[in-house]
Order: sequence, then structure tokens, then C-alpha cells
Amino acid sequence: MTERDPRRVVEAVWRIESARVIAALARMLHDVGLAEELAQDALVLALEQWPRTGVPGNPGGWLMLTAKHRALDLIRRRATYERKLEEVGRDMEIRQEAAEAELDDALDDHVGDDLLRLIFTTCHPVLPAEGRVALTLRLLCGLTTEEIARAFLVPEPTAGQRVFRAKRTLADKRVPIELPPPPELPQRLASVLEVVYLVFNEGYAATAGDDWMRPSLCEEALRLGRLLAALMPGEAEVHGLVALMELQASRIPARTGADGEPVLLLDQDRGRWDRLLVRRGLEALERARALGAFGPYCLQAAIAACHARAAAPEDTDWERVAALYRVLVHVAPSPVVELNRAVAVAMAYGPERGLEIVDGLLDERALKGYPQLPAVRGDLLDRLGRHDEARAEFGRAARLTRNARERALFLSRAGG
Amino acid sequence: MRYMLILRAIDVPNTPPPAELMEAIAKLGEEAGRAGALLDTAGLAPSAQGARVEVSGGKLSVTDGPFAEAKELVSYALFQVRSKEEAVEWASRFLRLHRDLWEGWEGEADVLRVFGPQDLPA
Repeated sequence: MTERDPRRVVEAVWRIESARVIAALARMLHDVGLAEELAQDALVLALEQWPRTGVPGNPGGWLMLTAKHRALDLIRRRATYERKLEEVGRDMEIRQEAAEAELDDALDDHVGDDLLRLIFTTCHPVLPAEGRVALTLRLLCGLTTEEIARAFLVPEPTAGQRVFRAKRTLADKRVPIELPPPPELPQRLASVLEVVYLVFNEGYAATAGDDWMRPSLCEEALRLGRLLAALMPGEAEVHGLVALMELQASRIPARTGADGEPVLLLDQDRGRWDRLLVRRGLEALERARALGAFGPYCLQAAIAACHARAAAPEDTDWERVAALYRVLVHVAPSPVVELNRAVAVAMAYGPERGLEIVDGLLDERALKGYPQLPAVRGDLLDRLGRHDEARAEFGRAARLTRNARERALFLSRAGG
Repeated sequence: MRYMLILRAIDVPNTPPPAELMEAIAKLGEEAGRAGALLDTAGLAPSAQGARVEVSGGKLSVTDGPFAEAKELVSYALFQVRSKEEAVEWASRFLRLHRDLWEGWEGEADVLRVFGPQDLPA
């Protein structure tokens, strides 16, 4: 028998509870920066006390209660201060605010709403994308600045600055911590989903560095997505995004070879796909379908589902994949999507048809510097027997990518 | 990383499980699910409805339940967490509910790490 190390227990409980604690304090204090500070105080207190007094019977409840008490103290101190300052009978109102906060303690049943308000705030469009991502990872996933820095391969001070600036912008622009009003909801939700998928993609297709993937970042994004789906069960696109991420994550065990090199979709050993995640992904897609409207995430998930359902690459319903891409290009026009459509069309109707689409993209400004463009073109040329041209394209792709693993893959085909 | 939690009952009172316990378990399960931590879970029927397949002394044998030992498996749950401590914390929460809401109940949960792609030779 070994004693549980109280420090590690504190950390684990913090990971589970921090978002809820910060969300509750943000509601009480109307300030995310302050909410985080006081929540951190509770964490520090736990780190000091638990090793001496032992882990409390309900560690999560202890953190929440301790943090809320500190917030209440602050509200009371402010109330006293303001009373002295103004010497007017505002205190009834303030006392009521404190009483309400205390009542919340007792009831404590709007955790879900608190979390949603916090997510919509950290993903607010007034913040730049990198600020949204950093603040969300920090406040909703409980990542430290150091972990955020490591995940995005930036120096720790840079990550710290992103979090700091995001908090300051929210305060300066007086962004209210609230659910968006209905007319703004679609656009605001899009901003939230974008952040979650950015985090996922940074883990799934590391754009830079030595690792082809950083699966722990995928897990954070999945966790966020699942939380959102539970909080907003009526939003088809939320389920669509969850479906997409579960299905893509199901391939993680098959996406790397023995030496960590990337293995592309059609070369993967499908027996290594995570069946549990496939099942969860298909279920999430079904929930989205039942809600009707099909947006970009649902469409991408539907495409991923075509692959997930095919036991072998040759069983893939490429015509359906190509058709889904066609709809996707309409709903969310993007040259990257068009490039993916080219791949599907090539599989369904032959490499010439795919190459036609790719060649139409060669002058696309947004794809300048995008390594997948020459890589796809190289692959199609290869299949058409135009090997010299193919090798040149793979050489181009290798020069463009910033990911070392991917570069090796392209170089092997450029030399072959 | 993934952990499998296996819940075993050692001593079960002669009363049926209180409704509050079942409710609290459902609520905690839902909470774990919405937190994105609980991936899969199910209750297990008494071993009287199962069987055991064994190899012993070079012989394969099948025995219908119930199994002789007093500990009955109650349920399993699969968690996606960031540390063993997190999995232990979830297990503690479920056991705490049993302790607080069903007097006399005794049991245990094994918290076992599930091998992932990082553990297997390619």
C-alpha cells in the first residue's frame, strides 16, 4: 500500500474541476482574469493544506467552495469600499448580489451555463485566433502556460503573452460574460468550433516540428468538443465537429509507422483503427443527421465516415466521397477542400479527372506554399505514368513543408 | 491515456439499491461523459447469468455461473484521462457515492491502464 501523493491528487482534481471553478467565479465577478486568479489561489491553498491535513473527502467540492468563498470575500470588500465611497444606499443591492452568490453556492446547478458562458467568452471574435486558442486551453482545459507553449512550439513567454493579452482585451473591450444573443449565435458558435478544431488540427497534423502528431492536443480538443455537445445538444454542427474529431482520432494508432513516420490514409492498417472512437464518431454523426441541417463540419464528418465504414481502401465509396466534397465546396468554398475533392474524384473516376481539378488550382493564391498541392499533383502524375514530373512535384512538396516527418515522406517519393 | 475501471462488490446489504444512489450514479456518469472523460460504461449482470472458460492441466473446461468467490463484478467504465490520479479520482467519486448512499455496501474498484498505440510495437 502506498499513500496517495497529495500534490498529484491536487493536480488531478484541478484538471477535472478548474474549468467549472473558473466558470462559476467568472459569473460571480464578471471578469475572467480575476476569476482565474482567485481559482488559482484556491489551488495554491490546496497545495499548501492537503499535504498537511490529508486530501479532503470531496476534493472537487473543496476547491469549488474555497474559491467561491474567496470570490464572495472580494465582492463584500468591494461592497464596503463602494459604500464608503458613495455613501449612498446602494448597499441593499450589493447585499442582494452577495446573497444571490451565496444562494448559487447552495443551488449550484447552472454549472453547464457557466461553462458555456466561459467558452463563448474565451472564443470571442474580438480576440485573435491565437489568443482565443491560448485562453481556451488555459481556462477550459486547465493547461499551464508551459504546456501551451510546448503544444504550439512557441517560447513560454510568448504563450504567456497570448493569454495575458487575451484577458486584457476582454477587460478593455468590456466583453460581457454571457451567452450570445440569438441573432449572434451562429457566428459566435462558428468562432468556438473554429478554436476547438484548430486545437485538434495542431495535434493531428502538427504543422511544424519533429512530431507528425501531438495526440495529447487532440485529446484536449475532443474533450472540449464532447463538453460542447453535452452543453448544446440541439446544435447539429457541434455534433458534426465531434463526429469529425472522433473519426479522425480513431486513425491515430495507424497514422505512424514503426519509426514514427507518417502513414497515409490509404496505406493504413485499418485493423489498428480505434473501433471505440469510430463507433462514437458514427453515433455523433447520427445525432447531427437527426437534427437536420448539414454544415461544413457535418459534411467533413460524413466524408470521414465513408472511410471509417470501409473495411479496406478498395471498399471506399469514392463516388459518395466526391459528391460530399462537391456539396462542401458549395457550403464552405475553399481551395483546400477543392484539392481534397480532386483526390476523391481521381479515386472515383480516374487520375485524369482529378488532375484537371488540381491544375485549375495551380494559380490559387491561397495554395502558394501549401505542400499538399504539389504532393497531390505528384501522386496523380505518378499514377498516370508521368514519373519524372511526379518526382519534381514531390521535391517541391518537400521544400514547402515545415514538418520534418512529412518532409522525409515527400523526399522518399521524390527520389524514387 | 485510457484507464479501465472495474467495480466489484464485496458485501451487498439485503436491501435493494436505494433510488438516490442510482440517481447519483447516473448523474455522476453523465457529468463524466459531458466532461469528455467517460468513453464507455455498462453494468454487468450477476455471474449466475454468465459462464467461465478455463484452461487447467492442459484441459479446457466451461463452467456455468454463479462463480464461487464472493466478489461479484458490478460494472466497467472506460476513461480517457491525463493521469492515473485523474482516473483514481473518478473511481473515488463513484465509490464515495456507494459509501454515502447505501449503508453497509462494501466493494472495490480496480483502476487499470489500457495499453495505447504508444505501448505497442508497430
